[in-house]
Amino acid sequence: MSPKTLYDKIWDAHLAHEAEDGTSLLYIDRHLVHEVTSPQAFEGLRLSGRTVRAPDKTIAVPDHNVPTTPDRVNGITNEESRIQVEALDTNAKEFGINYYPVNDVRQGIVHIVGPEQGWTLPGMTVVCGDSHTATHGAFGALAHGIGTSEVEHVLATQTLIQKKSKNMKVEITGELAPGVTAKDITLSVIGHTGTAGGTGYVIEYCGEAIRSLSMEGRMTVCNMAIEGGARAGLIAPDEKTFEYIKGRPHAPKGAQWEAALTWWKTLYSDDDAHWDKVVTIKGEDIAPVVTWGTSPEDVLPITAEVPAPDTFKGGKTEAAKRALEYMGLKPGQKLSEIEIDTVFIGSCTNGRIEDLRAAAEILKGKKIAVKRAMVVPGSGLVRAQAEEEGLADIFKEAGFEWRLAGCSMCLAMNPDQLSPGERCAATSNRNFEGRQGRGGRTHLMSPAMAAAAAVTGRLTDVREMM
Amino acid sequence: MEKFEKLTGIAAPLPMVNIDTDMIIPKQFLKTIKRTGLGVNLFDEMRYDDDGNEIPDFVLNKPQYREAEILVAGANFGCGSSREHAPWAIKDFGIRCVIAPSFADIFYNNCFKNGILPIALPQEQVDVLMKEAEKGANARITVDLEAQTITTSDGEVFSFEVDSFKKHCLLEGLDDIALTMEKAAAIDAFEEKAGAARPWV
Repeated sequence: MSPKTLYDKIWDAHLAHEAEDGTSLLYIDRHLVHEVTSPQAFEGLRLSGRTVRAPDKTIAVPDHNVPTTPDRVNGITNEESRIQVEALDTNAKEFGINYYPVNDVRQGIVHIVGPEQGWTLPGMTVVCGDSHTATHGAFGALAHGIGTSEVEHVLATQTLIQKKSKNMKVEITGELAPGVTAKDITLSVIGHTGTAGGTGYVIEYCGEAIRSLSMEGRMTVCNMAIEGGARAGLIAPDEKTFEYIKGRPHAPKGAQWEAALTWWKTLYSDDDAHWDKVVTIKGEDIAPVVTWGTSPEDVLPITAEVPAPDTFKGGKTEAAKRALEYMGLKPGQKLSEIEIDTVFIGSCTNGRIEDLRAAAEILKGKKIAVKRAMVVPGSGLVRAQAEEEGLADIFKEAGFEWRLAGCSMCLAMNPDQLSPGERCAATSNRNFEGRQGRGGRTHLMSPAMAAAAAVTGRLTDVREMM
Repeated sequence: MEKFEKLTGIAAPLPMVNIDTDMIIPKQFLKTIKRTGLGVNLFDEMRYDDDGNEIPDFVLNKPQYREAEILVAGANFGCGSSREHAPWAIKDFGIRCVIAPSFADIFYNNCFKNGILPIALPQEQVDVLMKEAEKGANARITVDLEAQTITTSDGEVFSFEVDSFKKHCLLEGLDDIALTMEKAAAIDAFEEKAGAARPWV
């Protein structure tokens, strides 16, 4: 048998039909659904008299729109948001799919809930009408975002029409230095390859520095594969993966666990597998980073200065000029001297328990020096655990708002938004113009770096506080 | 789905790289439960000021581009979120074809589900078309999907690549769910086989 990559193996195991031109029907094991990209798909099913083919493999949870203030138990005030969430309530019930409603303690960001409940397992195909579906690749699952028409296609047929992507290996060798986290890895990779560097590829992240990461860290890395343009990001499962999954509500049990484990252990890229592209970065070379511009590729170590637009080539010079104007920054300005107004800790990138622990570690016994700071746990269960561990108290004593679970200020569809010109240190995934609110200025970074910025009121090298 | 066969129309130039889906349609318009009506908010933050007034300098607000049916843009068009509201807004405005040096994957696929033809061309050819588009309403571009060609008003012709299956669906306006359902037997067979091999799924 010819050697295969992990992606090849998962692809082959899910190929339900292949046409002569390579157009394939890929069977989907898990379909995650949220309120924003699904109403039109369910409506499409109704209009055409179709039904959900595999409701037991379909899991829905409202996350994008939901308020994260405690008063949400009394209902959602914004009418459009309420209608969307109610539409999901109705659709979940009518089509008989698995559902975590807004006030269920298990509710949270769909990409945090899936792994937490044991829905996401190695070797699966996982899709969702959300680009950050790549997160689930941390389990060695082929996971990617789809549009609403494709959501409808998967609901109706449990398959997706696909052409196979190319294989790209991103190897992070060696060890990370103190203060350097999974977020710094994933941002540094995008800084290296650019936001289109992964277009047409499925990335497999490997190497010692990746192996050393916890499952939470691996999810952070894969989450931003899409920001590098890749269809999906993957990490081969290992003992850490199996340990994380074991005992979760929807994980296999008993004899099925043993059978699953046997197969999962075959899920790795063969030594002599073919790679269409290889990127290698030394773990030791990665520093704590922040973004300075309006694209996730605008990444620099915190010790650097704001770059001059004319140092870029081609169309990027104009883009950098526009970005600096939007961000209100000047070339040569030290990144560590940029003052910030707001700190946002949360999102599907960094809203897990380990992220909250890392931020709390920096914040312990300190007070914030920014106008406002909020922590939005990725799920109700993350929130409960953080309360149990005393992290919530650390955040509250430091001056952070302690919120309920949701996507919140990552995309600002709910009331959590930046005002024009407001500058935010954020642990989320996109620094696009207007992403966190019209005119809002976003700097992406790790939870520890965001916590450090909250304490000093400016972008800060977390290593100075360790 | 609306067919796409041949289109002759005004092309609007938008020479920016990394135009993301948040720019194409900002999040506040994603609260709709319909597919239509988003054209008025296409490129909302570049097109309108804080008070909702049109910004005259923005290309689609200029009189000569209000009827544009083609958009010529920079590399990595449609990056970011998977929101299909982006192609819905483009289509609702009246644009049926986007030409750029490269596209983000999910956006590219979403276009084909909505009767929009995204065309990736080498940078130097996009540069020619960008200049052509800058001439305004006097320079109409013809896009012929069957022939896989773009023809400028001066008669210059560029060929483009498109996946044969996607081309077929777009030319015929096919509903791909119906096409897949014709393969129900293959899906049933796969489900049975996979269910036996991996019963925990």
